[in-house]
Amino acid sequence: MNVEELKKIREKTQREMDLRNGEKAIKVVVGMGTCGIAAGARPVMAAIKDELARQNAKNVTVIQSGCAGFCEQEPLMDIFRPGEKKVTYGKVSPDKARKIVVEHILGGRVVNEFVFAQEK
Amino acid sequence: MQELSMHILDIVQNSLAAGATRVEIRIREALAEDLLMIVVKDNGRGISQEVLSRVMDPFFTSRTTREVGLGLSLFKEATERTGGYLEVHSEEGKGAWVIARFRLDHFDRAPLGDMGETLGVLISGNPEVDFFYEHRVDDQIYFLETREMREILGPVGLDDPSVLDFVRQDIQIGLKKIGAATFPKVMEVLR
Repeated sequence: MNVEELKKIREKTQREMDLRNGEKAIKVVVGMGTCGIAAGARPVMAAIKDELARQNAKNVTVIQSGCAGFCEQEPLMDIFRPGEKKVTYGKVSPDKARKIVVEHILGGRVVNEFVFAQEK
Repeated sequence: MQELSMHILDIVQNSLAAGATRVEIRIREALAEDLLMIVVKDNGRGISQEVLSRVMDPFFTSRTTREVGLGLSLFKEATERTGGYLEVHSEEGKGAWVIARFRLDHFDRAPLGDMGETLGVLISGNPEVDFFYEHRVDDQIYFLETREMREILGPVGLDDPSVLDFVRQDIQIGLKKIGAATFPKVMEVLR
């Protein structure tokens, strides 16, 4: 493990942390059951993290869940924005995930063409 | 599942679902013995003897969202294709460990795949869990330990997006350095 590289990350990230509010207001959940993994949830999760880093978005928590029972719709991605209903995207690819990050998670506009279910 | 790293990600999800706070992933390649061994060990709540006797059955699962439990049976199938085997052990309340044994250079041995992305996703998605990853090729060792990472990173959480990138790159470079066998030798020739 490259310890020096980690120390550099700490210095760089800590400087950025000092400049922002540390509250993580938005939550993203990626289905990571066997069905999700087999359908491509791992690169989707990596793409979400990567896009959040590219957009310098720090108020988003990305977590994993097990099988939700809609295996044919995997990879599934739930978005919880404060004060808004849950939106679930289905058959998410890394490219779709990047679009959802930019338009919905950060921009607040639901990407209707990829929506599988929306809380009433 | 096309890669062993995907199976590992899947097996570790079981550990996390069982409330594990520490997960160890050890991979050993013994070239002279033509052996690839993967061991995943956790300190979760473990598996009862009754469930343990049925975990390899694809039509058995403890979850309620679907009626099949494919993870372990698919992993078992991947080992058996190479003449290997899969064992699951557990002590209730103390944890579980899965041992997968493959013939390293068997034509049908699945590629290792992207261990960097698997560990990156696991660590950044479960920053509170201690992960230990060790990969040995004969006497060459690469390892990554999140407890140590946490100490170095201080207030920067393991869920920070830059950490996933670090883990991916560190593992990729580390495995290359020790000469980890991504594909069976016969497949390397064909590629």
